[in-house]
Amino acid sequence: MSENTSGGLLVPVVDDDGAPFWTYAAQGELRVQACAAPDCGELRFPPRPCCPHCHSFDSEWRRMSGKGRIWSYVLPHPPLLPAYAAQAPYNAVVVELSDAPRIRLVGNVVAAPGAALDSVDPARLRVGAKVQVAFAEGADGLTVPQWLLERS
Amino acid sequence: MATLKDATAIVGTGQTRFARQLPESEKTLACRAVLAALDDAGIAPSEVDGLASYTMEETDEVELAKSIGAGDLTFFSKAGFGGGGSCATVAHLAAAIATGQASVGVAWRSRKRGSGPRPWKNTTAQLPTPAQWTRPFGLLRPADEIGMLARRYMHEYGATRDHLFNVALACRNRANQNPAAMMYDRPLTRDMYMNARWISDPLCLFDNCLETDGALACVIVSAERALDCRQKPVYVHSVAQGLPAQHHGMVNYWNDDPLTGPAWTAARQLWKQADFGPDDVDVAQIYDAFTPLIPLSLEGYGFCGRGEGAAFTEGGALESGGRLPINTGGGGLSEAYVHGFNLITEGVKQLRGTSTAQVPGAATCLVTAGEGVPTSALLLRS
Repeated sequence: MSENTSGGLLVPVVDDDGAPFWTYAAQGELRVQACAAPDCGELRFPPRPCCPHCHSFDSEWRRMSGKGRIWSYVLPHPPLLPAYAAQAPYNAVVVELSDAPRIRLVGNVVAAPGAALDSVDPARLRVGAKVQVAFAEGADGLTVPQWLLERS
Repeated sequence: MATLKDATAIVGTGQTRFARQLPESEKTLACRAVLAALDDAGIAPSEVDGLASYTMEETDEVELAKSIGAGDLTFFSKAGFGGGGSCATVAHLAAAIATGQASVGVAWRSRKRGSGPRPWKNTTAQLPTPAQWTRPFGLLRPADEIGMLARRYMHEYGATRDHLFNVALACRNRANQNPAAMMYDRPLTRDMYMNARWISDPLCLFDNCLETDGALACVIVSAERALDCRQKPVYVHSVAQGLPAQHHGMVNYWNDDPLTGPAWTAARQLWKQADFGPDDVDVAQIYDAFTPLIPLSLEGYGFCGRGEGAAFTEGGALESGGRLPINTGGGGLSEAYVHGFNLITEGVKQLRGTSTAQVPGAATCLVTAGEGVPTSALLLRS
């Protein structure tokens, strides 16, 4: 596999716009890019150079509570890239952040930080289920957010 | 304001065989389809002065023009976003011909998806924005990306797998009438659908399009010239492209409303320029890389209200004799997946009265390109 993998899993390519996201993730913080113009402050995701609302190029990274709800999910089955096939069926989810409506992150619900992509019984997943962010460091050194189901 | 309305017509179509594996190259298949389309129109290849294709086409205009013996080209265009660009090829040629930039335009698609590697095999090369935010988490394939929208759609509107089955069945039933379709002699049952293996739950095998080798082409000329061609003209009544504000191709999860995709944008433009509306469409060819794209498109193009697309599929509405027969050649789900170009040629067949699942008296047809990506659409009329 190429340099973009960690144990065969794909690793995010950190670009200039997104770099702060990953830096904060390594510190255990979930932060979302926000416009830094005084009268704007709109959140945006994925990160990009300027604000689509006011066109300011000034941005800041606002800390989120890390709470969210499952907006949707899929359970991929093979054929898949080999490292993913080995864990299939696993879950891939879109999480809508509780304190930032319409900021949504793709991720995985796991049993514990760093656990396998198939570590949660898919029968426990529901649209609307509450989740809490956790962070896991991959073999490549990049820390990625993962999601833990909240007991409700 | 100048208008494209009925200013041009499709006067020739051509296609190769559709199969899981064909021995010939994409370039050879493209040449065969283009020459067949020109022969169908009764126009010499040397008269071709306009070409249009869409991205992921392996053969470029230079190679195709040389191979078929085209004349001097004065217009060439390549529309973006893969399956979203199918109808844009016709739209671009119609605009070029109507404004005098070319006189004989050919649009084509050649694919060897059945033989080649799956696109997601190249995932590592596709990780920069926005894929870096999705693919590392195992959202690898188009089926995973659209499955995510499908689950949400089912949750919001009570759509079920039976609704998706209605879509798969309508396409398969039409393919069963079409000897050229890959699924010509392979009926589908509800049991087969419900017991099929998952690809990306909630999408099973039969929610996914085929993997096909094959090529197709069509020829476009002015409405005036069309009267002198071999075939009954099929007029390009209205055209549109659509890329909504803040849209993200395939993974539109970051839009305020992820379930209103590019179809909605294309539809507004399409109907604005048309003399008729959704209720007047006799037959539709709706891009069906995945079954959920049909209810989403039915809503986007105004055949029903928001959230009503699944219910629309009930009671045989999409079948022959139903309220809106769709994908009458079998579509991408059951005829051939050639990035939707077969939907254009099937639309032409319907308006010529030569479809293998002919809608009696069909005089108007909607053809759409891929929903979920920046898209395009055509209204054709006889």
